[in-house]
Amino acid sequence: MDALMLARWQFAITTVYHFFFVPLTLGLSIAVAIMETIYVRTGKEEYKRMTKFWGKLFLINFAIGVVTGIVQEFQFGMNWSEYSRFVGDIFGAPLAIEALLAFFLESTFLGIWIFGWEKLSRKMHAITMWIVAIGSNLSALWILIANSFMQQPVGYVIRNGRAEMSDFFALLTNGHVWVQFPHVFFAGMCTAAFFILGISAWHLFKKSEDALVYQKSFKFGVVYGLIGTLMVILVGHSQAQYMIKIQPMKMAAAEALWQNENPAAMSLFTIGNEKERKDVFAIRVPALLSFLAYNRFEGEVKGINDIQQEYEQLYGPGNYVPPVAISYWTFRIMTGLGFVMLFMLLFGLFKVLKGSMDFAPLYLKLMIGGIALPYLANSTGWIFTEIARQPWAVFGVMRVEEAVSVAVSSGEVFFSLIAFTLLYGSLMAATVYLLKKYAVAGTSEVIPEAH
Amino acid sequence: MDLNTLWFVLIAVLFIGFFFLEGFDYGVGILMPFLGKDDRTRRVIINTIGTFWDGNEVWLLTAGGAMFAAFPHWYATMFSGFYLPLVLMLLALIIRGVSFEYRSKDESPRWRTFWDWMLFTGSFVPALLWGVAMANLIRGVPIDGNMQYTGGFFNLLNLYSLVGGLTSLALFTLHGAIFLNLKTVGDLREKSRAVAQKLWLPTTALIFIFTIYGYFETDMFTRLGVDPGVVPILAGVAILLSGWLIRNNYSGWAFIMTGITIAASVTTIFMGLFPRVMVSSLNDAWSLTIYTASSSDYTLKVMSIIALIFVPIVLIYQSWTYWIFRQRISHESELEY
Repeated sequence: MDALMLARWQFAITTVYHFFFVPLTLGLSIAVAIMETIYVRTGKEEYKRMTKFWGKLFLINFAIGVVTGIVQEFQFGMNWSEYSRFVGDIFGAPLAIEALLAFFLESTFLGIWIFGWEKLSRKMHAITMWIVAIGSNLSALWILIANSFMQQPVGYVIRNGRAEMSDFFALLTNGHVWVQFPHVFFAGMCTAAFFILGISAWHLFKKSEDALVYQKSFKFGVVYGLIGTLMVILVGHSQAQYMIKIQPMKMAAAEALWQNENPAAMSLFTIGNEKERKDVFAIRVPALLSFLAYNRFEGEVKGINDIQQEYEQLYGPGNYVPPVAISYWTFRIMTGLGFVMLFMLLFGLFKVLKGSMDFAPLYLKLMIGGIALPYLANSTGWIFTEIARQPWAVFGVMRVEEAVSVAVSSGEVFFSLIAFTLLYGSLMAATVYLLKKYAVAGTSEVIPEAH
Repeated sequence: MDLNTLWFVLIAVLFIGFFFLEGFDYGVGILMPFLGKDDRTRRVIINTIGTFWDGNEVWLLTAGGAMFAAFPHWYATMFSGFYLPLVLMLLALIIRGVSFEYRSKDESPRWRTFWDWMLFTGSFVPALLWGVAMANLIRGVPIDGNMQYTGGFFNLLNLYSLVGGLTSLALFTLHGAIFLNLKTVGDLREKSRAVAQKLWLPTTALIFIFTIYGYFETDMFTRLGVDPGVVPILAGVAILLSGWLIRNNYSGWAFIMTGITIAASVTTIFMGLFPRVMVSSLNDAWSLTIYTASSSDYTLKVMSIIALIFVPIVLIYQSWTYWIFRQRISHESELEY
């Protein structure tokens, strides 16, 4: 493999790995802050136990999200130096701002939160957790402002042989940010909710002591998760409509739509021939894609072949078709899981509203397994949105192969790729071991405090 | 002062803040396995920096982000050029950050010993590599006319940079020993002072060797003149004073002195660079400067406004945390973790 391919693999592995942990940080920070706020407001001890229990799991997860984030910030310069040179003028700003506004906030106040139980008033202590939650989610906002520039470049001019910032506010008001950030934000809520639900379900299933905590956590998880999941789906829908406008090729790949169609049918199941760009076997619902795209049963959705021709006119000869099968399946897994999760939550809500915490063992088991679903959806979602942008690093402006470092040899990238993969693999084992250990131990482990 | 200069100064300040703060927590991490003979003592040692290390590390992330935003070519050339050392540094920082959180989460002695040594390694490697990096920065590395690093890994491992690495390693460890002395009581406090006393002489010797070596290896002093000015002299005076202060048990002042040594040394290096940001050893005209490596005026303006608003806020709340956790930590302290 050449240096480019290795660098792509490294970026893919380190980024997917990083984002494996981040959504839980985003959602759980807010959940813990809410629990602690209820504790401060009502003085009910079970909420303190909940805060400590979920807080402990939050910390284990947070650590690994942070350390893998450092790699992300350095990797642009290390492996993608030509990218950094070309767009640094506009792309570097949100990264620097992320560090200054968000990283300082979350890291400093998390330190206070961990060690400050006896040093601060209860109220002040709860406020520090809110600041951590704001810091974490602010960091998501700024990095998505940066990512949105890659999806839909705005606020720049090409000058001095590079993309220079011409309008900072255009970066912030980029329409892409405001469909992507809410999608990620609510996905964080959904991830945290399924994490809370699954672990609570395990304790309810095992009939652990301190059932009160797990019942309340379960109720909390159902409500929190429903808000998150419902909003992810709704925002995701408007995100898809937005995508058709600004990145039609991405949508065409997601749907394996080879030719323009009006009204466009939606594929339920397609086995395609990617080389010849045609279907081998497909089940399609007429006009549904047009409906999803434009809220009516007509309207043209562009197909891969037509967009390819259009882009050849626009950007010169080349292949502008992303890997269709990966795009198609990751998109389906992500969206499909969204609905699966929604139904699982609705069933939980139905029971909770009836005032019963007496769940069937099968449902509890399903919820334990359900912990995995948001992770799968988060990962496939990002794999989809990045792969289906190919061949572009910055859409319409810079191709991935132009972005890679000149000074770094394939041997060097090979070494780092292996090193990061091995280290990340063992850290994953340690993290899962600890999360499992503390999840299973339950509240007995956090009260009294283990040293 | 134009904005390019302002950002050069700001990045220097971020590195000073980073080395000053993370310097002592590297030092504490390096000393922990040696000064902590039992589990409880190790926990006490870790807790002296437990609250702070993550916030301290963000100084580096912000410096990196600021380089990217203000001087994209500097960021691109240096990070791709120093590729393998940076990989090693990242691997070290990863295991270090995780160790803080994970070491006490399991009671097994093997688990704890493992993470304690990971914390040591994760502190030792960057403390060494930062000196190597700074020395190479000022010594110059092969950079061609297209701002590309053309050397390999071994161009970065020369005797001068190794001396630089040992110097930063020693200085951070000394800084950390004094910090421990400030933050602990009883036996640990005495032991850390004894370590600081022992470390002082080799550290001071290394600093002077590195400085004198610099006269021959870099163009820094031909640029600064025989009388290098007040800043490098301040670094030397401060490190000399710190020895006397440690001996006479003024650990607060001694800590300030090693802090001044760090700040003045980093300042000297940045003064030696200015207005260059990367020195080309092939051709001086190929060196990257604050003008050739920089972002557009507009970007620098935007970033300046943001920095002027938020840097003071960060300074205020970070100082506040040091104030909340100003007390010494003992074996009897509530070791919340």
